[in-house]
Amino acid sequence: MATWGMVIDLDRCTGCQACVMACKAENNVPSVGREEAGKGRVLSWMQVLAEPDEEHEGEVKRFIPRPCLQCDDPPCTKVCPVYATYKNPEGIVAQIYGRCIGCRFCMAACPYNAKFFNWHEYQRPTAGQNPDVSLRPKGVVEKCTFCHHRLQKAREQAAVEKRRLLPGEYNTACAEACPARAISFGDLSDPTSEVARLSRSPRVFRLLESLGTRPKVTYLTEGEGRG
Amino acid sequence: MAERLEVDELLLDPIRKTGRGFWIAFAALLGLIAWGAAAYLTQLRVGLGGTGLQQPVSWGFYVTNFVFFIGISHAGTLISAILRLSKAEWRRPVTRMAEVITCMVLLVGGGQILVDLGRPDRLLNVIQYGRYQSPLLWDATSITAYLTASTVYLYLPMIPDIAILRDNLHGKWNFLYRVLALGWTGSERQHQILNRAITIMMVMVIPIAVSVHTVVSFVFSMTLQPMWHSTIFGPYFVVGAIFSGIAALIIAMLIFRRAYRLHAYLKPIHFQYLGQLLLVMSLLWFYFTFAEYLTAYYGGEPEEMKVFWSKFTGRFRFQFWAMFTCNFVVPIVCLTRLKKNTIPRVLIASITIVIGMWLERYIIVVPSLSAPRLPFQEGSYAPTWVEWGELAGSFGLFSMFYLLFTKFFPVISIWEMKEGRHQAIGEVMERVKSYLPDTAEPATAHAGGTEVAP
Repeated sequence: MATWGMVIDLDRCTGCQACVMACKAENNVPSVGREEAGKGRVLSWMQVLAEPDEEHEGEVKRFIPRPCLQCDDPPCTKVCPVYATYKNPEGIVAQIYGRCIGCRFCMAACPYNAKFFNWHEYQRPTAGQNPDVSLRPKGVVEKCTFCHHRLQKAREQAAVEKRRLLPGEYNTACAEACPARAISFGDLSDPTSEVARLSRSPRVFRLLESLGTRPKVTYLTEGEGRG
Repeated sequence: MAERLEVDELLLDPIRKTGRGFWIAFAALLGLIAWGAAAYLTQLRVGLGGTGLQQPVSWGFYVTNFVFFIGISHAGTLISAILRLSKAEWRRPVTRMAEVITCMVLLVGGGQILVDLGRPDRLLNVIQYGRYQSPLLWDATSITAYLTASTVYLYLPMIPDIAILRDNLHGKWNFLYRVLALGWTGSERQHQILNRAITIMMVMVIPIAVSVHTVVSFVFSMTLQPMWHSTIFGPYFVVGAIFSGIAALIIAMLIFRRAYRLHAYLKPIHFQYLGQLLLVMSLLWFYFTFAEYLTAYYGGEPEEMKVFWSKFTGRFRFQFWAMFTCNFVVPIVCLTRLKKNTIPRVLIASITIVIGMWLERYIIVVPSLSAPRLPFQEGSYAPTWVEWGELAGSFGLFSMFYLLFTKFFPVISIWEMKEGRHQAIGEVMERVKSYLPDTAEPATAHAGGTEVAP
């Protein structure tokens, strides 16, 4: 069975936010408006975190695109009282919007702040939304799913054509949109895939690795002579 | 068989008569409840966005209230069970009031979770799809067990009193007392069974009570968040719970002492003993707080230190030092040398402790969430009128439950007072004698009878 993972090369990331916008459009992540954003309620499954430079006041040291890190030992799934969030057999941490009771325990437990809450009803069905992704009602938690609907679609297509899923057939919106090709996505269990090759690089590091959450989204540090 | 009351008629007065004071209190509490209801309806309509919660501070007042109210519940059944178990004779006028607090406040405390949910309509998913790995389910189990046990433990010692009400009050509520008295006649055998049942319940209720606040603390300590992931949280929460509980009990006792003129029953000596207990708990609370913060400080892990300094000198410093003053400084000043001015001093300390313990819960919940491990998304939390309304409404609801209880049942156990007068004095004398070394002569021989012949 595949293990889906992502490698983000910080050497390539320019902080352009294309991944953020692609994610929002793909997954029907609503824009919450200026007032709500001011209250700290922005919904953005993919975020580009700007790490400040301690040596140079006001400068950004590096940009860290942060989707859900799809931990292999996720702190969020353990605490859910209703199995609304769980790790599926292919390692994707999923969220069942129709079951979530909105206790926000998973948000409190996630050390990466990768889960988001619908504080209000932020959107109604309108034209231009992606029909493959359900809209979230008010009062539930939502999160990055590695564009899971794309996997389902690709798999259906392969089933119709009576063949196996080919590498590259399933890709996330953020990886697709990145103009600098900083984001690679694919099957970590396939040693020939690009993402598996990159994840063997000596430049690999994980966010908050010491917590033992074993994220399947890993990063490549800036190369020598940089950063 | 109609039991005749001679001396304790006074205890039935609040049930017989309803004065102006009751209606004023009733109206005031109704006002608070209305505020809470308006807040909750608003929240249902607009969603949790009506509160000041946001990312990353996704838990605020409601979770604070939950921990606080569940903590208050430890006043009652636990204290009452410990006092009964240790045969503290001064407990007699105290236990009933304590037990009522537990039952009423557990309902309100458990309700906080419902208020906190984004989708209260899906609450029953917890039963249908319950995942036992989640500390929230441990809470639900433990609190349900505690509520059940506490209700039984409140009800059992009330049976003889309900029989007294059945025989003495012939109003429209008589049927209620007739049903609840379960045919109590006061026979020797009934007393034996009752005492046995009370003994079983009080032994059972102590571990349950300890488990309740331990698993409440697990909600926090099982996560990896800085300053939450701590092994000390279980006992720390239990100590804080008993601490705030005793303070709430003292306040309730003083209110009813004044409102129902119970001065003859609740004497300064009772408050002195409870005050001393409170002082011990204050020291214990300080000990745990000290151990908790010193460990974090000495370890100096950067993420923990961020939370640590936000409490000591940063944006939560007012709440933090107010908590410290309320829970430690004021109690130490007020509760030492309690012989003089006992009641006002105990009252001041109790009020500050209740406030201080609420702040303590707040200072545990909010700062850790405000400074997450990935430092790029810090948040500050400011409650709106919705959260204040829920706090006021919860307090109003709890007080209203309590007030209504006192209108139906005596707040001081009549039969236990009687037992104290008629039996306990003799029993205590026997008991004390049994502690002393056996002498050939009766112990009454001489005043200076400590020299014992071998």
